[in-house]
Amino acid sequence: MPSHDVLIIGAGLAGQRAALAAANAGASVAIISKVHPVRSHSVAAAGGINAALNPEDSWESHAFDTVKGSDYLGDQDAIEIMCREAPDELLYLEHIGVTFHRSPDGHLGTRAFGGASAARTYYVADITGQAILHVLYEQLMKHHEQLDRYEEWFTTDLLQDEEGRCTGAICRNLRDGHLEVFNAKAVILASGGAGQAFKPTTNGLIVTGDGIAQAYRIGAKLMDMEMVQYHPTTLAGNGFLITEGARGEGAWLLNAGGERFMERYAPNKMELASRDVVSRAEQTEINEGRGFPDGTVFLDVTKVPRKRTLEALREIVNIGRDFAGVDITREPIKIRPGMHYIMGGVKTDSDGLTTIPGLYAAGEVACVSVHGGNRLGANSLLDTLIFGRRSGEHAAAQAKTMPMPTTAQSKVADVQRSIDAIIHREPGGRRVSAIKDELGTTMNQYCAVFRDAEGLATGYEIVRRLKEEAPKASIDDHGTVFNQDVIGAIELGYMLDVAETILVAAMERKESRGAQYRTDFPARNDDEWLKHIDISANGADEPKVDYSPVTITRWEPQERTY
Amino acid sequence: MPEYTLRIRRYDPQSGQAAHWDDHKVEMEGHVSVLEAILRVKADTDGSIGIRCSCRAAICGSCGVRVNGKPGLACHTHLEDAAKRQTKSTTDDASVIEVEPMGNMPVIRDLIVDMDAVHWKKIQRVTPWLINKEPIPEREYIVPHENMVDVTQTMACIQCGACVSDCLSMEVDPLFVGPAALAKSYRFVGDPRDAEKFERLKDLSEDEHGIYDCTHCFNCIDACPKGVAPMSQIMRLRRVAGNDEHIEDRNNGYRHEHAFVKNIERNGLLHEADLLPDSYGGKFHPRAVPELLGSLPVAAKAMTRGKMSLSGALLHPHKASPEVKQIFKQVEGEKERYELNLYVVGYEDEEEPPATPAETPTESESA
Repeated sequence: MPSHDVLIIGAGLAGQRAALAAANAGASVAIISKVHPVRSHSVAAAGGINAALNPEDSWESHAFDTVKGSDYLGDQDAIEIMCREAPDELLYLEHIGVTFHRSPDGHLGTRAFGGASAARTYYVADITGQAILHVLYEQLMKHHEQLDRYEEWFTTDLLQDEEGRCTGAICRNLRDGHLEVFNAKAVILASGGAGQAFKPTTNGLIVTGDGIAQAYRIGAKLMDMEMVQYHPTTLAGNGFLITEGARGEGAWLLNAGGERFMERYAPNKMELASRDVVSRAEQTEINEGRGFPDGTVFLDVTKVPRKRTLEALREIVNIGRDFAGVDITREPIKIRPGMHYIMGGVKTDSDGLTTIPGLYAAGEVACVSVHGGNRLGANSLLDTLIFGRRSGEHAAAQAKTMPMPTTAQSKVADVQRSIDAIIHREPGGRRVSAIKDELGTTMNQYCAVFRDAEGLATGYEIVRRLKEEAPKASIDDHGTVFNQDVIGAIELGYMLDVAETILVAAMERKESRGAQYRTDFPARNDDEWLKHIDISANGADEPKVDYSPVTITRWEPQERTY
Repeated sequence: MPEYTLRIRRYDPQSGQAAHWDDHKVEMEGHVSVLEAILRVKADTDGSIGIRCSCRAAICGSCGVRVNGKPGLACHTHLEDAAKRQTKSTTDDASVIEVEPMGNMPVIRDLIVDMDAVHWKKIQRVTPWLINKEPIPEREYIVPHENMVDVTQTMACIQCGACVSDCLSMEVDPLFVGPAALAKSYRFVGDPRDAEKFERLKDLSEDEHGIYDCTHCFNCIDACPKGVAPMSQIMRLRRVAGNDEHIEDRNNGYRHEHAFVKNIERNGLLHEADLLPDSYGGKFHPRAVPELLGSLPVAAKAMTRGKMSLSGALLHPHKASPEVKQIFKQVEGEKERYELNLYVVGYEDEEEPPATPAETPTESESA
């Protein structure tokens, strides 16, 4: 029974940063991930990371852009912390070895990004997430004496003592199927978003809402769950991401008639308006018949000098060539809005603490809330790192004051029984894959760029039906060595829980703000809805809805134009 | 829609069965990836097929496999391209696509290999983190733009293991540090912020399983889905170690390489009998004598089998042509070494033909 001061679940950017911070603060640390850390989906973050590091820039400007981008739903105290600490975090990354792009004079260079009033996005070609993730992993290897890595361990349950404090987790070693209790004085969830509840999505197959559902099931509050970001440029068909960096470098959006339609939606920022605005503009063009028949518009990267594209956007050159058969340096590529990110998640304070004592959350799994109704491009890497570090530091400090909790072995037996039950289900139910497919299609149909009461209600009914059906879905694999089938069945349950909370929150918010656009309530309504929607499991069957105030420090809500 | 036979190598250590092939028919467009086809089979018929995967877009590096004999990412291999690559066992049926686990690493289950036991161990061998030049600046290190773009090529490595899978040197010498780890090492050697460039190079030169253990087979360059070109990085490590840092290793790697170049400059065609003594400083060098004596049995065997003649060994009739000498002159006359880096120069085939004025109208114009 391994015991550590701090247990971190998930090893993307937030988890690895939390682990390094906690270890640096003197805590004994375990970091657990269901995949090898460098496979975590942070690896796919392409464009860059925001920080007001230039002397001409200011953190206040960055913070205001973020507040405005959030459609005033972001909590301004947390946004201030994130933007103020961004420059130091960026320098930390530079010092541990991230190979950030340099300007000709050898200083860090920037690129422009959506919704930002200055070029403050630092980057490594278009593999920024990959570069940072791999460099953080270098640091995990370097500090292996203070940091135990459990790679390819799947967390099934969070543990709580009688007072409700989180005391660790039960995890399954994928290599041999055995369960282990991990005791910890503090647990940090860093297990990412829930993109796989939508189909298509830019998110990897591993992004299944595990942490959000695990926290929700033990009573933690979720917040802003209705806020789902559709990225303006995803490949038609498979939903792969084309980085916002392309538009940052100067690419245009064109409708089927060759018109640069953003002129009509965001005359000042054009393609670099915030993502919700651009995605809505594209979807409007498509819905009103000005897109291509397959429901797409053009992204024209040929506006960017070819040499620059090859140096700074190499990954999307490859994606275009390998997955769409298009040389983006010579011709436009068909794109459309696609599910990309959830702004909502497990509600935390600015130290990452959730509403459950001893349980922290950081990164996409969490909702601080710094993104509010809409996240700015290149703010997610920043969010993972700042709040990952803060969680790690806070958890390590707390752990110093506490004894190590213990766990009754009987809990393992309970989990083992439930896993065995899945493995030995009678065949006959629908396949897990079929249910997952219906879930994803449903969410993408009824809970996308444009929403209304009727569609959301339909979606909710379907998800409720799938929730009843899922526990009967049979699986093929009855073994213990790398049984991915049983993991898939558990993940399906997580995704259904998350989808349900998203739909409940989206039905609840009867206004349009950020990524939530209700065609039946098309205006933003600050009088009634300048507040967060909190969702919790109330022990009963259906999620319970509460509200909490938005923290406003210095920026009163204004009309939002780009 | 074309039909393919997905022939998947299956192995479950719990079953007591030996590894075997498992066929599944899939009807899918040829441009769909092998991974999508496997995921379709998993979803529709057999959920027990083991394969690591996540992003489906060649960025997470999970789905390294061998497809019709060639290592790579399943998500990055189109069905139609895979089907074109016939192997001995698939020649009778052009629709067969064989998917098997990567090589040089133990199989855990089906297409899942133990990367910790081989790949990650080797990565850890090269001290895979930045050792900072002191003092660490208050702000960022000031570093030339070109250096950062240069190391970005090795930063592009996603640790998928495809290069390790088919590394011939590693097959012969399992202790070879290998293409991925050596490419990783260049990421620090080429990084001006690293304080231990010389120590890293010295270490990997002196290690008999280090940079001079590579045999230039190009397999890793072919295998890499990200254009990292690990072998090129290994060669760059050698050039920096030998030419810039003057590290003469105890494995005689540097002197051997040097002798090779000089041999070609002199002879145009390789004069093998000279190569060995030259590598040890010439026929009469004290280091060369035991080596030469030691190689006599091999030479004798080669002669008895007609692979080598006494006159051929002693007298090499070929002399380098003026063209060869010109190549040497030009390359050695360059002020700076030219290093091929995809992030710097784009594609290998760069330079579009200059737009020629249309003398004959094309079909669309004349229509």
